[in-house]
Amino acid sequence: MAQDPSTIESATGSEQILHGVIAEFETVNDVMHAAKKTRDEGFKHWDVHSPFPIHGIDAAIGIRPTILPWIVLICGLTGMCAGLVLAIGTMATDFDVPGLPGAAAPIHGYTFMISGKPFNSLPAYIPVVFELTILLSAFGAVFGMLLLNRLPKLYNPLLKSVNFRRSTADRFFIEVQARDRRFDQDKTAKFLEGLGAVSVELIED
Amino acid sequence: MATITTQHEMDRPLVDNTIDDPTQRAQLVLGGNDFTTVTDKVTGIAAGKPPIGWWIAFALALSLLTMLGALIGYLFTTGVGVWGNNQPVSWGFPIINFVFWVGIGHAGTLISAILFLFRQNWRTAINRFAEAMTIFAVMCAGLFPGIHVGRPWLAYWLAPVPNQMGMWPQFRSPLLWDVFAVGTYATVSLLFWYVGMVPDLATLRDRCKNKYGQMAYGLFSLGWTGSSRHWHRYEKAYLLLAALATPLVLSVHSVVSFDFAVAQLPGWHTTIFPPYFVAGAIYGGFAMVITLAVPARYILGLRDLITDRHIENCCKVMLGTGMIVAYAYSIEFFVAWYSGHHYEKYAFLNRALGPYQWAYGTMIFCNIIGPQILWFKWCRRNVFTIMFAAMCVNVGMWFERFVIVVTSLHRDFLPSSWAMFKPTWVDIGMLVGSFGLFFTFFLLFCKFLPVIAMAEIKTVMPQAHDIVHEPGEPYNPDEDQADYRPDHPITDREGR
Repeated sequence: MAQDPSTIESATGSEQILHGVIAEFETVNDVMHAAKKTRDEGFKHWDVHSPFPIHGIDAAIGIRPTILPWIVLICGLTGMCAGLVLAIGTMATDFDVPGLPGAAAPIHGYTFMISGKPFNSLPAYIPVVFELTILLSAFGAVFGMLLLNRLPKLYNPLLKSVNFRRSTADRFFIEVQARDRRFDQDKTAKFLEGLGAVSVELIED
Repeated sequence: MATITTQHEMDRPLVDNTIDDPTQRAQLVLGGNDFTTVTDKVTGIAAGKPPIGWWIAFALALSLLTMLGALIGYLFTTGVGVWGNNQPVSWGFPIINFVFWVGIGHAGTLISAILFLFRQNWRTAINRFAEAMTIFAVMCAGLFPGIHVGRPWLAYWLAPVPNQMGMWPQFRSPLLWDVFAVGTYATVSLLFWYVGMVPDLATLRDRCKNKYGQMAYGLFSLGWTGSSRHWHRYEKAYLLLAALATPLVLSVHSVVSFDFAVAQLPGWHTTIFPPYFVAGAIYGGFAMVITLAVPARYILGLRDLITDRHIENCCKVMLGTGMIVAYAYSIEFFVAWYSGHHYEKYAFLNRALGPYQWAYGTMIFCNIIGPQILWFKWCRRNVFTIMFAAMCVNVGMWFERFVIVVTSLHRDFLPSSWAMFKPTWVDIGMLVGSFGLFFTFFLLFCKFLPVIAMAEIKTVMPQAHDIVHEPGEPYNPDEDQADYRPDHPITDREGR
C-alpha cells in the first residue's frame, strides 16, 4: 500500500491522523446485531457507545470479566488490617514506634484502663475495623474502576463529532479505531454502513 | 411515535400503573416516552430557567441557612450555655437533631443499594435525588456533634492524629465508633452518588449550550463516552458499591444506637435498639423522600417518570417500616415490665405518663396512628393523604429522638439530680436553620444536576431490551439472562 491507511489529507493540506470511524445506530437491536458481526469480522480495537449499559453487549463484543472484584477484595483486606493495627496499636501496646516521617516525637500506644475492660478488647474494635474495611473497599471499587477505564480522560477525539453527542442521550455508536490491524478507511466504513448504520463518520485525532 | 404528554393533559394519567397484573410487569415510564424525550425532560430542568417557585424556596432556604450560620457564630463566641442543655439532660437538641438527620439519610441508601440488590426496578426514578437527600442530610447530621464538642477548634481530637500529648481516641467507645461510622457513611454515599451521576453528567455536557456549563460538566463527567467496555467495569463497580453500602447503612444507625444502648441508663440500655433504630431511620427517610418527591414531580414536570406507582411503593415501604417501629415501641414496654427492674419500669412509665407525656403522645400519634391511613389504596394515591402521612412521620420521628434523649436523661437514678429540659431560642433556631442547610443544597441540586438517573431509567424501558434473535443464531446464555428481566423465561440452559 502506497499510503499509510491511517492518515488522510485534510482540506488544508496538513496531514491529520485518523482516529477511527464511527457508525450510528437507531435501536438497541440494530447495534446488538451489528456488534456481533463486527466481532466476527475480527476487529480488536473497537467499541460500542451507548447511553446506558446494554445487557448482553458484553458477550456480543467479547468483553472478558473485569478484575475489579479482586482489587476491591485487596483494598478491603488492607482496610481491615489497617483498622486492626490502628485499634490494637493505639489501645493495647506500650512500645515506641520511633522515626516516623513528620513526627516530632516517637509514637506510642495509650494503654488506659476503661471500666475494667482488657486493653486488647477485640469485640469493641470491630465497628472501627468494619468501617475501615468498607471505606477502603469503596475507594477500591470507585478508583479501581476509573483506573481500569483510564478515566478521567480530558481529551477524546470522539467528542469532536456533533453527532456523537447523542451517544449519551438516545443513539448507539460502533467505533472502530484506526490502530486496529484490520482497519481500512474505506472498507471499514463500507462494512459498517452495510450493518444498517444510519450514518458513518470519520474521526480525526 | 412517542407523544410527549404535557403537564396540562396529565391531570389523570392514561395508564394506571398502580394496578398489579401478575401476567405482566407494570410500566415504570408512562406517557409514551422514549430515550429522546426522557433525556429532554431531565436535561431540560438543568438547562432551562428555574420556575418562580424555585426562587422563592431558594430565598427562604438561604435565609434560614444564613440564620444557622449566625447562630453557630453566636454559639462559638459565647459557648454551649446558649443551648438549653443542662445536667442531667446534657445531650439535648444537638444529639436529637444529629440522630434525626442521620436517620433521614438512610432511605437514600436503602433505595440506591438495597433495592438495587433486590432488583427493584422502580428505584431508578427516585434513587438520584434520594441519594442527594442522603448526602445533604448527613451534612446536617455531621454539623451537630461537631458544634456540640464545646471547643470546636479541637474537634480534630475525634480523629486518631498523633499528638504531643501521646493520647489517642478511645476505640472502645461508641462515640468514636460513630465518628468512623458516620465518616465512612458520608464518604461512601458521596462516592456512590457521584459515580452514579457520571454518565448523566456526560449527557448534560453533551447537551449544554453554555461554555462554562460545558467546562464544568465536562470536568466532572471525567470524559465519559458511554463505552461498553467502560460500562462493563462501571456496572461491576456499582454492584460492588451497592453490596458494600448495604451492610454499611445497617451498621451506621446500629452504631448510632450504640451511643445510647451501651450506656447504663434505663430507657437507653436495651438490646432492641440497633434494629429498632435502623427501621426508624428508614421510616423517617422514606417520609422525607415522599415529602420531596411529591412536590418535585409536579413542579419539575416529572409525573411520567416518578409515577403514582413509585409514590405508592414508597408509601408501602413507609407503612412496613412503621409497623416495625410500632412493634419496637410495644416490645420496649413489655421488656421493661418483664425485666422486673425497678428503674427500667419507672423510666418507661415516666416516658408515657410523666411530664413529657405530650412529646410521647405526639410521637405515638404521628408515628403509629396517623400513617395507618396508608393501608387504604385511595390514601396512597391522593396527594393530600400521602403528604399528611409523610408529615406525620417527619414530625413523629423527630419527637421519637426527643423522647429517647430527654425523657431517659431528665430522671436520673437519684431524685436529687432530676431536672427538666427546656430548649432555648438558639436550640429551635438551629433546628430550623438545619432545614435551611438541607434545602439550600437540595434546591441547588435540583437546578444544576440531573435529578433523575437517566442512564438507569433507560435500562428499565421496554425499548432497552427489544432485541430480536435471528433464526439459527447460537444460543448465548449471557444474553438471555439479562438480570433486569427476572420473569423472562429461561428456555435452554444446555449451552452452558
